[in-house]
Amino acid sequence: MSMLLHHFFDQTAARLPDKTALICGEQRHSYAQLRDQVEQLALALQRRGIQRGDRVALFLDNTVEMVVGIFAALKAGAVFMPINPLTKQDKLAYLLNDARASALLTQTSLAPCYQAALALNESVHTVLVVGLSEALDERTQPFTGLSADDDAPWQEPALIDQDLASIIYTSGSTGDPKGVMLSHLNMVSATRSVSTYLGLVENDVILCALPLAFDYGLYQVLMAFAVGATVVLERSFTFPVKMLEVMARERVTVFPGVPTMFTMLMNLKSLDQHGLTGLRMITNTAAALPEERIRQLRNLFPQALLFSMYGLTECKRVTYLPPDQLDIRPTSVGRGMPNEEVWLVDEDGQRLPHGCAGELVIRGSNVMRGYWEKPLETAKRLKPGPLPGEMVLYSGDLFRTDAEGYLYFVSRKDDIIKSRGEKVSPREVENALYAHEGVYEAAVVGVPDELLGQAVKAFVVLKAGITLSERDVIKHCLSRLESFMAPKHVEFVESLPTTDTGKIKKTGLN
Amino acid sequence: MSSIKDQVRQYIVDNFIMGSDEQPFSDADSLLELHIVDSTGFLELIVFIEDTFGIQVADEDMVPENLDGLNAIEAYVNRKKAA
Repeated sequence: MSMLLHHFFDQTAARLPDKTALICGEQRHSYAQLRDQVEQLALALQRRGIQRGDRVALFLDNTVEMVVGIFAALKAGAVFMPINPLTKQDKLAYLLNDARASALLTQTSLAPCYQAALALNESVHTVLVVGLSEALDERTQPFTGLSADDDAPWQEPALIDQDLASIIYTSGSTGDPKGVMLSHLNMVSATRSVSTYLGLVENDVILCALPLAFDYGLYQVLMAFAVGATVVLERSFTFPVKMLEVMARERVTVFPGVPTMFTMLMNLKSLDQHGLTGLRMITNTAAALPEERIRQLRNLFPQALLFSMYGLTECKRVTYLPPDQLDIRPTSVGRGMPNEEVWLVDEDGQRLPHGCAGELVIRGSNVMRGYWEKPLETAKRLKPGPLPGEMVLYSGDLFRTDAEGYLYFVSRKDDIIKSRGEKVSPREVENALYAHEGVYEAAVVGVPDELLGQAVKAFVVLKAGITLSERDVIKHCLSRLESFMAPKHVEFVESLPTTDTGKIKKTGLN
Repeated sequence: MSSIKDQVRQYIVDNFIMGSDEQPFSDADSLLELHIVDSTGFLELIVFIEDTFGIQVADEDMVPENLDGLNAIEAYVNRKKAA
């Protein structure tokens, strides 16, 4: 019985030791090989003092070490904290400090960033670096380096499924990222529900070009390892033709993507020349696919089931549309997944009947335990549910239902922008803009964009006597923000519209 | 006139490398691995290469072997110009 998230992996490794678990470029790793690496790293973490509940930050590209790091942290009883490798030094320092991480697993190519962040941090006592051949100092060691003079035996940590498995940071409307606390139970439940409705099987080969710091990417590995499938892990979707070659070569059966990836694919003229006959399933989340794109995808891959889905880091997945409903209601994101209940409420929290619009509420074992050390933010999202002591998740997203209860996304209640499938907090971008000494005022909004879904646009009022170009402003933002958060467009204006109380009014800015 | 590598390097420095944490990169380095250019950045870089050197980057040419690094880009542009 899989009670803890890493039990899925342990059981599959025992059942299918010689099967290929992970393909990263030229490297192929069997389940047994991965298990050995996981056990070695877990022991190294334990000998360096990592205990149950400690936070282990993973600041790595999509590599075998990232996967090993996730399961080693879990096995050692720690809470893994995946961090997008695009993260810049100040934000990395914020994340390490906010979570009071004890260990950081990273890679040499990110050294300028993680070293600068560690200079601002006191909690991290262990840094294991992929690509490092010898210890830099007592704290900073090679990734695989088990100390030879330490022979302390392995001690299995006493974990239960109420313990935290992961903290995943997400953008918040206040501008400060919030750590979503997920227990083993939360993640085991989500893994079971999603892999059940997708119908993933042992002989599936899943292409994952989504960052593992993004829960949609992370769950590709978790689900594959639960059913004994194979993951083809790619660093990014930058070169779509190369992705198609990989998909054909490895006979990929499952392709999870976000709308930007599908747009990049559709823009290729040579798309139909690739032998992707083995592809049996395409899944989309992060933002809705336009109807036209759904039609194109189905024409191109008639043999593949297409799943439209909607999710939140706070509970992983919320809804999916069964593929047989796609022709009937193409713009719906479907209904709640197995072992989960969803409904709409009005402004007073009253449950609404089918055919209404309101905020989506989620009830299930997949709902997070709250935001790490942010009780006020948590109280806005987690509210008492139908049973005593139970909490349900208020999504902050407005939906409507049709007569049969299928859901259609209407809008967010806050002003979060979705660009390239990633959440962008306008406040976080504005904070970066205000950090420039030439900026007097700034307002950030999302504008429609063919490739990105929404593009980030900044309206900037410069201080008197200052001249800046659009590129200057974008470069300044790139030095502080992940690249998907940096504005794509900058418009310089004389002044920004304000409300009666003097706050900047964004309605009308576009 | 400056070399192909110089022009591409200048474009990357102007557009993707950020002032203070400027990280030197060699002609042989992978721009992707060093996180100098990300996926949307490559789309901008391709437009720059097309406009500057008067070539068309075909779909099948959009692979790391042609674009992920200054040496690769120079060799690719020269091949295209000779074709």
